[in-house]
Amino acid sequence: MARVRISESERTGTTGGATRHSRAPGGEPRSGVLSQQKSIGFRSGSMDGLLAAKEIVVACGPGGVGKTTTAAAAAVMAAVRHGSKVLVLTVDPAKRLADALGLAGIGNTEHRVPDEAFASAGLKPRGQLWAAMLDTKESWDALIHRHAPDRRTRDEILANPLYQNISGRFVQSHDYIAMERLYEIHSESDYDLIVVDTPPTRNALDFLDAPQRMADFFSSRLLRWLIVPYRSRLVNAATKPFYSVADRILGTDFLADISEFFILFQSMYDGFVERSEAVGRLLSDRRTTFAVISTLEAVPLREAEFFAEQLKGRKLHLGAIVLNKVLPDYLHSPEGGVVAETMRDRAESISNELAPVLASIDPDLAAPDQIERVLIEVAESFLNFQVVAVREMEERATLSVAPDVLASVPFFDTDIYDLGGLFRLGEQFWT
Amino acid sequence: MTERAASTVAPLLDLKLVFVTGKGGVGKTTVASALALFASTQGRRVLVCEVDAKGDVAGFYEAPPTSFKEKEILPSLFAMTMDTEASLREYLKLQMRIPVVGRIGPLAKAFDFVATAAPGVREILTVGKLCYEVRERNYDLVVVDAPASGHIIGQLAAPQAINDLVKVGLIRSQTDWMLDILSDPRTTGLVAVCTPEEMPVNETIQLASRLGEETTVSLAAVVVNRVLPELFGRQEEEVFHCIGGPAPMAQLQELVGGDAGPVLEAARLAVTMRRTRATHLDRLRHGIDDTVPMLYLPYLFTRSHGLRTTRQVASSIGEELGY
Repeated sequence: MARVRISESERTGTTGGATRHSRAPGGEPRSGVLSQQKSIGFRSGSMDGLLAAKEIVVACGPGGVGKTTTAAAAAVMAAVRHGSKVLVLTVDPAKRLADALGLAGIGNTEHRVPDEAFASAGLKPRGQLWAAMLDTKESWDALIHRHAPDRRTRDEILANPLYQNISGRFVQSHDYIAMERLYEIHSESDYDLIVVDTPPTRNALDFLDAPQRMADFFSSRLLRWLIVPYRSRLVNAATKPFYSVADRILGTDFLADISEFFILFQSMYDGFVERSEAVGRLLSDRRTTFAVISTLEAVPLREAEFFAEQLKGRKLHLGAIVLNKVLPDYLHSPEGGVVAETMRDRAESISNELAPVLASIDPDLAAPDQIERVLIEVAESFLNFQVVAVREMEERATLSVAPDVLASVPFFDTDIYDLGGLFRLGEQFWT
Repeated sequence: MTERAASTVAPLLDLKLVFVTGKGGVGKTTVASALALFASTQGRRVLVCEVDAKGDVAGFYEAPPTSFKEKEILPSLFAMTMDTEASLREYLKLQMRIPVVGRIGPLAKAFDFVATAAPGVREILTVGKLCYEVRERNYDLVVVDAPASGHIIGQLAAPQAINDLVKVGLIRSQTDWMLDILSDPRTTGLVAVCTPEEMPVNETIQLASRLGEETTVSLAAVVVNRVLPELFGRQEEEVFHCIGGPAPMAQLQELVGGDAGPVLEAARLAVTMRRTRATHLDRLRHGIDDTVPMLYLPYLFTRSHGLRTTRQVASSIGEELGY
């Protein structure tokens, strides 16, 4: 895509985040039709309205609930139904999903999903769908390129063994870099809507704290404290015990490595802190909303609920809760339960009476004991699933948070991995 | 696959240290809790350690919250929660004879800092504590409710990474014995939990190959959780389709005295779900070395979770292990 030029202050984030009022020059404005629709208002309380009103949707929630798929489906819907230019920024999509979005081997670069791909799924998008994947290492390197004061510092950092370890392996670095990338794309491009999938974290909240933690880290007194002896060799009485312990545990060389790394990093201190603060502001901006994804299983749902409460506590906008893989409604029906019990308890007599009817269709299928086994299996399977469906319904009823949109997506009995599938899924939570 | 797996897989309960991992949402904690419970009922003295600190393990035993100091919550079953700072304190006290009491304040601050600055420090303290329990033979088996598969490699590779980064010093000398424990397939193993779904299967296959490439820990077993029951054989399925036709259906409704539509629909759902999952199971079997045992645990159609469910899973594990 064509990159737009931006000012240096915007690049470092000093005027970014909440203070960015207009789109970058060169960006397309929202279509007239859309603005009109907005003024008459979308149905409130629908995903349709939420995605039309916001610029950033952060999809978050516990692991294994279908976050990535839901984020992709929301982006597909917005691209197809609204005349918007939509980006889905995804972290670790299933291979088939990545293929469907044309992401295979693309990495960090934003990439437009071609209209032909939509056409082959029978869809004609009004807007555009773009997709990008998050490559942590590449994003970190880009960050160093951006903030390093000179080439020498830049190259030394990139070659530092600690840096390579941090950017490659350091768990929390994913959280920070995801939000950093979001900020970069939002401030430098002209998407109407960006849907972000969040990385799997030990704790669903980690990525929220990441920008602040990063800022704290680089402004930490301890950081300076640690660096001092390697700059001046002056160790005062207060810090001496710490060094002697640290030296004995880690070894002097390693401590020196750490210090060198942070001395280098300090040269980028201002850029980093400003930037992480701007990222933090963007997350709490009113143009940003959060969609919490969950299933109705007890453990993930409690985690999602906790997360939703935390969002509210931080005054972040909880736009939607999407409940995935919900078992179909017909499983709740008490009548169904009665029918299934009758079918199971009277299977023998029922199969005797059913046998002649089946015989008239296919004599091979008319053995009554076989019919009986089938009826019992069918009935018990229904009753089994009913237990789970009722449990899910109760879990849902106890949900203590009230988002703008509460959507359910039924259980899909096959995998979703193409644009058509994403669209079908998206239709379920659209209105 | 590397030659790592070749004929070295020890029976699960004969191991001393078992890391249980898996993609989020597949039932990792359930399996870890149930495995520990089963081992404890087989006369093993077992420690189950929660590393993720979500406090779930206690819930699976309906026990009060756990802490760093282990507690016997069921006969010969001890539980603890990992706390890296407490681990550091214990380490300093035991290994370096440093009188910690007076210095906890600045030490805690400094620790948090060094742990953030020096990658691997937090991980090494976790793995170190676990290996220490094994080395001291405090338990027959230590079961770890480990981080999800995305994070476990970093944890298990930490001793090696530290070895590469730190050339001298006390930590360096400490990582050697840890590596000995982690690398011995008769002592340490990893259990990968997965469900027969696309992403969990992908992650499990990926985990198995990364484990061999980036760590010295062996894959001891793959647990396939939430396997749906097979409703029909082939001919029974034909009978089922036939019953769904207009004439048999009309009569069936009359016989059961109500709308049988939803009941049959639910069976169709169950059949398709199982079929979709079967293809993923196939991929899993092809993607994992033949010598790694696979344990299949059934989908539980239960009302709630708790000790009762954990016991149910424990007995399924027992059956799969041939007890």
